[in-house]
Amino acid sequence: MGFREALDSGKFLITAEIGPVKGTEIDGLLEDADLIKGKVDAINVTDLQSSVMRLGSMAVCHLLIDRGIDPVFQMTCRDRNRLALQSDLLSAWVLGIRNVLALTGDHPTLGDHPDAMPVFDLDSVSLLRVISRLNEGFDMTGNQLKGAPAFFPGAVVNPGADNEAALDMQIIKMEKKIEAGAKFFQTQGIYDLDLFEKFIKRAEGFKTQVLGGIILLKSAGMARFMNKNVAGVFVPEHFIKEMEETKDKVKTSIKIAAELIKGMKHLCQGVHIMAIGWEKRVPMVLEEAGL
Amino acid sequence: MIVAELKPFKEIENMLRDYKKVMVLGCGTCVTVCMSGGERQVELLASALRMAGRLERNEIIAGEKTILRQCDPEFIDQIKDEASNYDAILSMACGAGVQGVAERLAGIHILPAMNTTFIGVSDGQGTWIEACAACGDCILDRTGGICPVARCAKSLINGPCGGSKGGLCEVSKNNPCVWQQIYARLGKLNLINLLKGMSQPKTRPVHPRKLVNPKNAFG
Repeated sequence: MGFREALDSGKFLITAEIGPVKGTEIDGLLEDADLIKGKVDAINVTDLQSSVMRLGSMAVCHLLIDRGIDPVFQMTCRDRNRLALQSDLLSAWVLGIRNVLALTGDHPTLGDHPDAMPVFDLDSVSLLRVISRLNEGFDMTGNQLKGAPAFFPGAVVNPGADNEAALDMQIIKMEKKIEAGAKFFQTQGIYDLDLFEKFIKRAEGFKTQVLGGIILLKSAGMARFMNKNVAGVFVPEHFIKEMEETKDKVKTSIKIAAELIKGMKHLCQGVHIMAIGWEKRVPMVLEEAGL
Repeated sequence: MIVAELKPFKEIENMLRDYKKVMVLGCGTCVTVCMSGGERQVELLASALRMAGRLERNEIIAGEKTILRQCDPEFIDQIKDEASNYDAILSMACGAGVQGVAERLAGIHILPAMNTTFIGVSDGQGTWIEACAACGDCILDRTGGICPVARCAKSLINGPCGGSKGGLCEVSKNNPCVWQQIYARLGKLNLINLLKGMSQPKTRPVHPRKLVNPKNAFG
């Protein structure tokens, strides 16, 4: 069962994420993918995450398809203008890619080529419109395609926006993304279920599918770093303390993630697990969470 | 207003290394207002060049002049005769001014003393911030008079990226997230609903652009 079918089936969805390497050595990455395969409904492949130059998402998605995994092709607006975005979408389709996650993308200054030109010719909302248009058989200027894709488009939302105005705008943009064609949402990492519930209540009328984000905590230091530097991520003090005091970081990390997943089960339609290097531990998280 | 900053002194010195007589030319409009290329700055730069020349036993004659606008032939013509006494002109105007002078005084090498940085507005004493990207497709009616094209690091036109923290931009961390400012402004105007409108991808200008205003053209 592919991701789209899983989503339609009403089951509690599980997606994971892998980040391509900087270079051509793909054995480790495929090994991770194989370990998760069968335990998740789809695997997202990031698009030059954190604006660091590396192997591309489209090629890795294609490799995952070869291994019987349904990938979610992450596509940012950072590096391609509207010509390249549309062309890459067509290329992705003929390579067997069916799910696309449309993102704005980080700014190049955050990565390892800070002087790269930030393109942002389109934004995430207009990219979603373009995907919908391609699905209808037309490019964004209305020219007819010879053979159209049938992508399953998704988007992201940040429920942890740290003030009322920012959250309000996230909700407004989420609604625009749905109008533009987004069928599912994967969220930024969640650590506060009360806050997440408030967000879900606000998005209730939207009739879309939300996969709550889970970022595996590797250490107390990582939690503090994210609290300071990553927008929308807030790890409460009690989790940081647990990570600090534990003798077995992996075990505690898995316990926390599983606890959050269990809490999300009645709030949203699935979870999106970002393991950030701990991909091999995703099956243990799922087992602990009873999935 | 156009904002420009003085280039590093070493770079200017290097540009001038083959010239003995240089006219340092200020501009009396934008760069005078942002205190980077007006009469006062001409005086400072010219004396710095003289001093550096003396120290390095490579003395140069640095003349000082400021005209009202270097982008306007009418004012450039005022220095035509005087300029012919110099080997080069070091312009302290924006890039447009440098080109205006180079076009009108084609026989003299015109060198830029400034890096032109942005079209901006004053943001308190001695501070200017970028405000307009001259995109040629204005959307300020929908954004409470605050431009996300110029003031969002990603030029996003359909709302913020989700990367702001404490109301600040994640890219240029000392700057407010412009979408938070837009939200606040539209809130005051009771126009938050404008944020729900779908902004279409922008048309992109083809350079170079040109304005022909018949009234001016035909006097």
